[in-house]
Amino acid sequence: MVVLKKQDELVWKKRTTREQWINWFYWLIGSSIVLFAWKIISDKTVWFFVQDAPRQAADIGSRMVPPKWSYSLELIKPVWDTLNIATLGTVIAMIIAVPVAFCAARNTTPHSTVRIVALFIIVASRSVNSLIWALMLVFILGPGVLAGTVAIGLRSIGFCAKLIYESIEEIDANQVEAVKATGASNLQQMIYGIIPQVLPTIAGVGIYRWDINIRESTILGLVGAGGIGLQLNGSINTLAWTQVSTILLVILATVFVSEWVSAKVRGAII
Amino acid sequence: MMNNVSDTLYPNNWKKPPFIKRSWLRWSIIIGSILYLIAALSSMDINIQRVLEGIPRGQRFIESFFPPNFSDNRGVVWEGILESIWMAIISTVAGIALSIPIGLGAARNLAPLWVYMSCRFIIAASRTFPEIILAIFAVKLFGFGPFAGFIALSLGTIGFFAKLLAEDIENSSPAQAEAVKATGANWFQWINYAIQPQVMPRMIGLSVYRLDINFRESAVVGIVGGGGIGATLNTAFSRYEFDTAAAILLVIIAIVMVLEYASSHLRKWVQ
Repeated sequence: MVVLKKQDELVWKKRTTREQWINWFYWLIGSSIVLFAWKIISDKTVWFFVQDAPRQAADIGSRMVPPKWSYSLELIKPVWDTLNIATLGTVIAMIIAVPVAFCAARNTTPHSTVRIVALFIIVASRSVNSLIWALMLVFILGPGVLAGTVAIGLRSIGFCAKLIYESIEEIDANQVEAVKATGASNLQQMIYGIIPQVLPTIAGVGIYRWDINIRESTILGLVGAGGIGLQLNGSINTLAWTQVSTILLVILATVFVSEWVSAKVRGAII
Repeated sequence: MMNNVSDTLYPNNWKKPPFIKRSWLRWSIIIGSILYLIAALSSMDINIQRVLEGIPRGQRFIESFFPPNFSDNRGVVWEGILESIWMAIISTVAGIALSIPIGLGAARNLAPLWVYMSCRFIIAASRTFPEIILAIFAVKLFGFGPFAGFIALSLGTIGFFAKLLAEDIENSSPAQAEAVKATGANWFQWINYAIQPQVMPRMIGLSVYRLDINFRESAVVGIVGGGGIGATLNTAFSRYEFDTAAAILLVIIAIVMVLEYASSHLRKWVQ
């Protein structure tokens, strides 16, 4: 922040001239990268299809209304499957994530090599999308709900373990020391000193991830891993647009309900 | 006598207080979750036969991933990665550019009620559908290729970025806003000098984070035809070239790790 003197007037400026130039220079670099990226993408685009898009959108839109309400009865089982994939997947993830988190946290890890392995598990699980996990698991476990559940579980381990281990690293060491002073063993220290401090986080993370998993599990059917995505994929492929709109509305409703439930439960815990 | 006192004062059968204090709630949650687990597991009809068959198949499958094959198809993989990166960059920029007006509109302390409601609706709609569903429709409308992926990722960015921006604006200090307003600033000056400096550090961090997410998502929008490394990965899977697929997955993991490291550093540096 500077005050420049122009003739006799004092003018306030946010930046000095030099800072302003540097700022413009960063903007120039940034915008040239974006323009370059845009050029690459637009070279690979068939612009005829893009020009055609509004007409296509209107066409599909008109085919999607009115939603075929009677179809929603057939969706009860897929929605139940979707909920199961999300819930059981979250349960699997939490069962694995808690020990991984304890291995990954600097203050509770048994050994630094174990810590590196745990961190690698976290990164690997986080960087592979649940759809790719599902793609691979369908090969191994066969199409169906089981592959979806395991995919969601594997995908969620990293997320949950990361948040939990960060909160383990932030615990109050005094409480653990107080428990230690009573002559508690390592395990007892963990149960009575550490876990009570991170339990709210663990519960909160579980609920939060469950909410995300509901969304993710709606699409796993695209690669054959069960849930409502299976119906969505089938309806899109057979161009049954009224069914597609029904499915989208059902997904919308499910997500809203799950978001409401998770907000309520998290409010009760924290 | 002394013994008696110590017995009454220090009971030695201490129990850890339960996590949920109300016992009826605790028991109904426990019983409810057991019932749910039974119902869920029984409706899953797991085909044990198929799973057992799948185990040797899975072993072969995993074996065929090793060693990851970086050399064949190198050009294709490289091209896919670059396309994903460009797609992630441009969809983050476009998504943020769209998010800023929506985020401003969705902040209750800036916008009148009807603007607030409509912006919140846009955010909720964009957050509900995963990028992949948006990508399916984008591919239907705009044809195969990275443009569809770009549209899907930009729309997905709106729900994420606009929501957090709106929340951050709502949490910003009203005193500073008031002070700038008192100087007689017009609306744009007010936003630029009172609100923007307060939310900027966090937003820079979030945009790097979103770039990271968009790169990861670009690996899956390709599965439904949205271009990028996902398309390459899907092709590798469909051709049963699992060693190439393993190489692609490793490259994705490496890039994500680098991005995550960079973004956490950048966020620390900005804040």
